[in-house]
Amino acid sequence: MNFTNEQMERYSRHIILKDVGVKGQKKLLESKVLIVGTGGLGAPAAMFLAAAGVGTIGLVDFDAVELSNLQRQIIHLTKDVGKPKVISGKETINEMNPDVDVVTYKEWVSSANIKDIIRDRDYDFIIDGTDNFPAKFLINDACVLMEKPFSHAGIIRFQGQTMTYVPGEGPCYRCIFENPPPPDKVPTCKQAGVLGVMGGIIGTVQATEAIKYILGIGELLTGYLLTYDALAMEFRKIKLPKNKRCQVCGENPTIKELIDYEQAVCDLKS
Amino acid sequence: MTIKINGKDVTLEKEVTVKELLEVQKVEMAEYVTVQINDEILDRKDFETLTVKEGDVVEFLYYMGGGAI
Ligand SMILES: [Zn+2]
Repeated sequence: MNFTNEQMERYSRHIILKDVGVKGQKKLLESKVLIVGTGGLGAPAAMFLAAAGVGTIGLVDFDAVELSNLQRQIIHLTKDVGKPKVISGKETINEMNPDVDVVTYKEWVSSANIKDIIRDRDYDFIIDGTDNFPAKFLINDACVLMEKPFSHAGIIRFQGQTMTYVPGEGPCYRCIFENPPPPDKVPTCKQAGVLGVMGGIIGTVQATEAIKYILGIGELLTGYLLTYDALAMEFRKIKLPKNKRCQVCGENPTIKELIDYEQAVCDLKS
Repeated sequence: MTIKINGKDVTLEKEVTVKELLEVQKVEMAEYVTVQINDEILDRKDFETLTVKEGDVVEFLYYMGGGAI
C-alpha cells in the first residue's frame, strides 16, 4: 500500500511520531477494530479510531438514536434521531474519513451471533462499549475463548473504569467480577444518570489502547484497572492479578460455551 | 491499625474480618463488591473468616455497567 498525497497530509501528525511513522500508519490502515455498542463509550472510541485511520471499523448496535442519547453519544446528530445507530455512526465516520471501511451489524450481541461477528472480518481488537452486564460477560467470554484482545469499560454517574485483556497476558473481566450481578441490583446509566463527558474520557482511553495494541507500542492496561472519578478528578491504576479460580481463563475453566444471561427488566426496550 | 483502602489510609480500632470491614466502611451493595487484598482477589466465601492486617492494601472493586443506552 502506498500513501496518496492526501493521506500523507491527513496522517502527517501521526507519521511524524517516531513510534508511529509511515509503517505504523500503514498498520492502522490495515487494522480492523470491532466496537460493540455505539453509545456513550463506543461513539467517541469510533470517532477517534476513524480519525486515526483504522481501516476497518465494525459497529454493532440494534438501537435507534434517541434524543436522550445526544447529551453524550457524539457520533449521532440531532437529525439522526430515529435512525439506526450503526447507520448514523457509519455516516459520521464516512464524512470524517473516507479511508475507513465501516461494517455495520444492526443486532444485539448474544451467544448466537457474537463469534460470527468477530470472525466476519477477523477483527484484531474488540472494544466493549455496551451498557449491560450480560453483554459485557458475553464479550469477555467470547474474546477469551477466541483468544482476541479487547478493552472493557463501564461508566456511571461521575465514574468510569476500563481494563484491557490480551490473551495469555493478564486477567480477564471475569477474573475480577466472577458473574454478572442479578438483574436490577446494580444501576445502569439510564437509572442512575451519567455525566456526558464520561464516555469521552473512558471511550477515548479504549481507543488509545486499541491503537497501542495495533502499533505494538507502550504499556497496555493488561493487569490493571484504570478508574476515573470526575468529581475528585482522580485517576487510579489498580494492579490486578490473574485469578486462578477464574471460570473462563483460570486453572480449571468450567465455561467452555457462551452464556446468555438474563437482562435487567428495566433495561429492556419495549 | 492502619490499612489502605482504594489508595487512601484508613485507621481501624481493631482487626476485623473482610465482612466486618465492608460493614464498617458502609460499602453499598457489599454483596456485589470484589475485594482484593495485597494483589490477590479474595474468594467471597473467605470474607467471614479472613481478617485484615496492619498495612494491608485493600481494593474494593465495583461493577460498572453503563456505556451505550
Ligand atoms: Zn479470567
